[in-house]
Amino acid sequence: MTDATRTIDVNYLARVEGEGALHLAIDGGQLTAAELRIFEPPRYFEALLRGRDCREAPDITARICGICPVAYLMSACAAIEDLCGVSVPAPVADLRRLLYCGEWIESHVLHMFMLHLPDFLSYPDAVSMARDHGDLVRTALRIKKAGNGIVALLGGREIHPINVRIGGFYRLPTRAELAPLRDELAFALDAMEKALGPLAALDFPDFERDYTFVALRHDSEYPMGRGRLVSNGGVDLPVARYDDYLTEHHVRHSTSLHSRTADGGVVHLGPLARYALNHDRLTPRARAAAQAAGLPAVVRNPFRSILVRGIEVVLALEEALRLIDSYVPGDTPAAAFEPRAGTGYGATEAPRGVLYHRYQVDATGLITDAKIVAPTSVNQAVIETDLRHYVEPRLDQPDEALRAVCETAIRNYDPCISCSAHFLKLTVERR
Amino acid sequence: MAKQRIAVWKFASCDGCQLSLLDCEDELLAVADAVDIALFPEASSRMLPGPYDISFVEGSITSAHDRDRIADLRAQSHLLITIGACATAGGIQALRNLRDVEEWKRIVYARPEWIDSLATSTPIAAHVKVDYELRGCPVNKQQLLELIAALLAGRRPNLATSSVCEECKARGTSCVLVAHGTPCLGPVTQAGCGAICPAYNRGCYGCFGPKETPNAPALSDQLLAAGLPAATLTRLYRTFNAAAPAFADEAARHDGTP
Repeated sequence: MTDATRTIDVNYLARVEGEGALHLAIDGGQLTAAELRIFEPPRYFEALLRGRDCREAPDITARICGICPVAYLMSACAAIEDLCGVSVPAPVADLRRLLYCGEWIESHVLHMFMLHLPDFLSYPDAVSMARDHGDLVRTALRIKKAGNGIVALLGGREIHPINVRIGGFYRLPTRAELAPLRDELAFALDAMEKALGPLAALDFPDFERDYTFVALRHDSEYPMGRGRLVSNGGVDLPVARYDDYLTEHHVRHSTSLHSRTADGGVVHLGPLARYALNHDRLTPRARAAAQAAGLPAVVRNPFRSILVRGIEVVLALEEALRLIDSYVPGDTPAAAFEPRAGTGYGATEAPRGVLYHRYQVDATGLITDAKIVAPTSVNQAVIETDLRHYVEPRLDQPDEALRAVCETAIRNYDPCISCSAHFLKLTVERR
Repeated sequence: MAKQRIAVWKFASCDGCQLSLLDCEDELLAVADAVDIALFPEASSRMLPGPYDISFVEGSITSAHDRDRIADLRAQSHLLITIGACATAGGIQALRNLRDVEEWKRIVYARPEWIDSLATSTPIAAHVKVDYELRGCPVNKQQLLELIAALLAGRRPNLATSSVCEECKARGTSCVLVAHGTPCLGPVTQAGCGAICPAYNRGCYGCFGPKETPNAPALSDQLLAAGLPAATLTRLYRTFNAAAPAFADEAARHDGTP
């Protein structure tokens, strides 16, 4: 086959959460299209939420994603609490952050070691990688389990936790119940710091881009459950003005809506963005780990996101230990509230980036309109521009090599296609 | 003996049930060693063709494409096992079965004509023969491990078919319905989760679906008599197993639909 007519088909992009495809069109040696095709069958959450009680929104939207259900619980609570004027007691806010730490740990470690690292070390999966790197994989599983331990204890179970409600929790743990988590978290913190050594020595492609990073930013903490929406382009907005900044568009090749800024700009959400915009909010050991891994204050190489996730795992482990040590149960598991009519806005930092929820509720507490923007939906555009920039100078490479780097470039974003809608099929069309 | 060839498939779902496998941190490598994982796209880029000894299927059938795909993978699979509420009952997305999906397309998408969606979300068993099913939204990972162990040993899996109430008693949790008047679907919901919700001072919301021969009307009468509005009761049955017949029928009885 000549270069002008080659086609490549990959029927299913592996090691991503969900179902999608990639389409590259190469015409006369020029890249004419780089499309991330998502045809995960839609489940219509925004429609099925209409007529549901606003208090059901956390549990229902958690079912959008089994990998980051805590993020959905947190963003839904934030939005309804915003609408109803609920302010959660400080111990409850701390426990929510602890729960979120658990999810960041398990989700990031799953992606780093089970889904992303096999790319760098040329294995099809973590199980085969374990035959040669058994200690590393077993350690990673143990770190992941420490994170899941938090979610299971505080949430009731790892996937679709049951203990979160608007205003707080159903039941608060005692100090004695949290204490046994401590040893494994302390082990995990040391182990994660150590594991960053070999990860920092990986051979990363030489590729940097000038991204518009968008993340939450909070006065006193690295962002998880709260903050303002900020960018490195000077945006600084309350979450209620999210829609003024980013708007959704339906493109034919995806059942997940794309997002652009008002002037058509493409933004980058997730660990790289959070890190760049909140470097001054890193915890001490996370900051030291970043330094030891040779990371500057802004990381523009998406392939090095595996390291930034590792830094965030260190941070989440430090935070979890701090929150457990300082925990004093409050008097009430949840702030009391009455639903009221209006519009509520909520955004929190899912492992993959800002997760935005907006609800309109009537006077009886029923939802009349819902909007949910998952970080992978927003990141579709930046994934496509990454692919374009990465592939363009490498069009002379054989199809197999192109395919491999494209998949890795997509996995840089830990795309959760279940969230954004789902199925990745890679097609390279050369005309 | 040759290792059993395993495949893990996804249809309309959140990925949570197949993720439960990866959440078995202590057992994952041992399980992976005991079988030949021929296809598990979420975890591996090694994707081998069938036939497969055991296919685990997550998710419900919501598109014409997926309706064809399930028939094809049934033909390639010796045993087919559904995991979770989407695959066994249609999932939360089966709420569309009561509504006009064309209108829903217009609510979510600017160009509804680009979307391929069936009018209904249906369980796998509505399309092909299913050999075993694991309940739950999500499945319980101990049940998942028990099922895998039983299949590898060639014995019947030991999976409870009693109600969540029995698990509450076994756990020593006082009844939230009796003691606190908290609406709870425990009496009509299949065991398997370990009765987590009542242990956290919350009523069961039925994510494992109806138990065998549930007496839902009797429970509904109690809840209504205790002051639960009919609309709230209806919504309680219409969540993650909305299309499971016992829950669907009971919900319909209270919202005035046939």
